[in-house]
Amino acid sequence: MARLEKTTPLWKYVLIYTVLIAVTVITVFPILLVFGISLRPGNMLWTTDLSPIPANATFDAYRTIFYEKPFFRWLLNSSLVSFMVTVVGVSLASTAGYAFSRYKFVGRDAGMIALIATQMFPVTMLLLPLFLMLIKLKVYDTFLGLVIAYSATALPFCIWQMKGYYDTIPFSLEEAAAIDGCSKFKIFYQIVLPLAAPALVITALFSFMSAWSEYLVAAVILIDKRLYTLPLGLKQFQSNFDTEWGLYAAGAVIVCIPVVALFLFLSRWLISGLTLGSVKG
Amino acid sequence: MNLARFAAHLRENRLAYIYIIPSFLVLGFVVIYPFVYNMVISFSNMSLSHFRDWQLTGFDQYLRVFREKIFYLLFLKTLGWTFINVFFHVVIGVALALLLNRPLPGRAIFRTLLILPWAVPQYITALTWRGMFNYEYGYINLLLKNVFGLPPIQWLSDPVGAFAAATITNIWLGFPFMMVIALGGLQSIPKELYEAADVDGAKPWRQFWTITAPLLKPVMVPAISLGVIWTFNNFNVIWLVSDGGKPADSTHILVSFVYRQVFNYYSYGYGAALSIVIFLMLLLFSINFIRRTRATEGVY
Repeated sequence: MARLEKTTPLWKYVLIYTVLIAVTVITVFPILLVFGISLRPGNMLWTTDLSPIPANATFDAYRTIFYEKPFFRWLLNSSLVSFMVTVVGVSLASTAGYAFSRYKFVGRDAGMIALIATQMFPVTMLLLPLFLMLIKLKVYDTFLGLVIAYSATALPFCIWQMKGYYDTIPFSLEEAAAIDGCSKFKIFYQIVLPLAAPALVITALFSFMSAWSEYLVAAVILIDKRLYTLPLGLKQFQSNFDTEWGLYAAGAVIVCIPVVALFLFLSRWLISGLTLGSVKG
Repeated sequence: MNLARFAAHLRENRLAYIYIIPSFLVLGFVVIYPFVYNMVISFSNMSLSHFRDWQLTGFDQYLRVFREKIFYLLFLKTLGWTFINVFFHVVIGVALALLLNRPLPGRAIFRTLLILPWAVPQYITALTWRGMFNYEYGYINLLLKNVFGLPPIQWLSDPVGAFAAATITNIWLGFPFMMVIALGGLQSIPKELYEAADVDGAKPWRQFWTITAPLLKPVMVPAISLGVIWTFNNFNVIWLVSDGGKPADSTHILVSFVYRQVFNYYSYGYGAALSIVIFLMLLLFSINFIRRTRATEGVY
């Protein structure tokens, strides 16, 4: 645990803590509130009570979404799609990032710039052609279409992030292995990839989150209610503010728990991964 | 480069091409083909009444974009939206990073709690804040009324209120990113610089502007540029907080307006042209940014 510096006057610490606590309360409050609403009994949803956690808390809303609403199905759908996107994202980004980091091939710079350029496309620009194309290819209203679309949205950032990390791994390791007669593929697979584990974890997290949390593309691609992912389902609850506010809140809590836990657990690596590239700049 | 040398180059870098081809196939499928297709539609009269029998009509749709007043209004509004959001993201983010970048008991706890908004899925943030802005039962009006004794605000049923609501939501969810980047940047500034400044008797304020700010700049410039692009194109927050631009399509930025035109009014050609205009504006902005940070330079 860090210790206070003796040279700094006490009032300064009081001020720092006051500011930090105030901002933290504002930051955490909406999240706490959702949790509180999910525990409200049905007749208390329209409350003007100010306490975030209700007095007679109940898990009724959780029971309802699992037993009376297709929440479990949405959960399953989202898990499946997110898992596939993670697999595709990690395998494609780890190889493409390596090529960008280690080879000086024709089209390398153009490729890197093209990756950034994709970030500037307004989502609406891609949605309509994508929509028409998926209809033509008959993968409209299927998970396959969704997985391809999500992988593509996650890839540019993931490739950049992998490239940035490979750049920090000394080249001499690979040279030594090459002298020992290792094939190029083996060098990548057995030496570089394990060293890049932290970046792989971030790429996995990012791919997973971009699928788990996406609303718009799913809204355009999926029509069949049995295929609905969590965002579409929760939006449905939220639209009926009067009746299903509690169900929305319970669903939101369940959706958030895995991503928030993963995110906080991995945030240390996330920070170094994000700043690495830019510091080197 | 002649053909023989090119073939040799291909052979030498075969593995590199094998590695990038799958990624670019996926991107080509989802990003590049739609981009080209969108470009074509933007020069056509495609709409609900001309869905299959559309024809190329040249620059008609672009002329329509620039002729109508709504474009300029929305452009200014989007600029305002972007500026206000990124400004607060950076100011709050950097301020918190400065507070947290010192030995401080409980620092890890604050840091963890303060990045929570980044971890929560954006659509949940937006839908939750929409609930909090509800006139009668939303927590914000309850707070205003019961704690501060102020009259409740018509957040979602008033154009200004709805825009403010979306902005507040987006500020809340965006500052952790800047804070994290700034923290990373601060940690790379050598302590000796501050010690030397102390010896010279430089006040903290002066130290910030002469040491911290310039050394933080290389880290913050790319982050800010990215923030500008993301915010400019942030469909989710505006759309979900205002429930599709309510009241009466008054709460739009450019992206959400295009979505409305395309998916609700079926003005495909017009929407495509508008999309291209948005893209070109961001491209101009970003070329400037890439040049400044030389982000594509490798290690060797």
